[in-house]
Amino acid sequence: MMPLVYFQILSAILFGLGAYGVLVRRSAVLILMSVELMLNAANINLIAVAAHREGLGHFTNFDGHIIAIFIITIAAAEVGLAMAIILRIFRNRGTVDVSQMNVMKW
Amino acid sequence: MTILFLVLSGMTILGGVGVVASRNIVHAALFLLISLMATAGIYVILFTEFLALVQVLIYGGAVVIVLLFAIMMTRSADYPRISDNRLWPIAAICSLVLVVVLGMAFWQTTDTVVGPQHADFGVIGNSLFTKWAIPFEIASLVLLVALIGAIVIARSDGEDKN
Repeated sequence: MMPLVYFQILSAILFGLGAYGVLVRRSAVLILMSVELMLNAANINLIAVAAHREGLGHFTNFDGHIIAIFIITIAAAEVGLAMAIILRIFRNRGTVDVSQMNVMKW
Repeated sequence: MTILFLVLSGMTILGGVGVVASRNIVHAALFLLISLMATAGIYVILFTEFLALVQVLIYGGAVVIVLLFAIMMTRSADYPRISDNRLWPIAAICSLVLVVVLGMAFWQTTDTVVGPQHADFGVIGNSLFTKWAIPFEIASLVLLVALIGAIVIARSDGEDKN
């Protein structure tokens, strides 16, 4: 039987990688991919804890799975919307480099 | 089981490193696919087949394809020229500190845990349509709004506006 903490460490490492990608990358599509990595890390953590714990009070031990399903739904909606925004920015400004999107900078 | 977990988590982390370090953006998308599919394997280790199926269908079938479409439709010559941020050592230190803090917090949690429990389709579906019915409906509304919003935003508004 695998200890729970292994899964949690994996999720922490994946979340750190995603955070590094969001901070470092300059292309909007790559930032979007890093956000996906972070959402995925949160999902791993939720499902690992849900699989390893008994329910607590009002919450049963399947609520983690349900929340993970909702996170996947939100991630899918977010990717579609973000792709539309990226296409729009590309059409208007001719680049997807986030460091050049400084219209509101003064 | 441990060997399987190590292989799958190695693939997951390798894919993540590929996403944040690859120079070629299409390679980054394919590394993301590797990472997400290895995550589906980890869900199978945790006896959560439903989430593994959803992961393969939604991430492998939709999200990565949409990302590849986004790359394809914004295909400009300057993808390789978009460099990473010059302050990457600071970002690396910050995310390393984040990982260490999270890891220590997880490591020091000493609650009693039971073994991986099987979550079958029936129980999840029952819970989803009774206790979580209203959030479920709101999620469908969110998807509809995202769909319409994506069409409205991405529509080209130069030609015929009728």
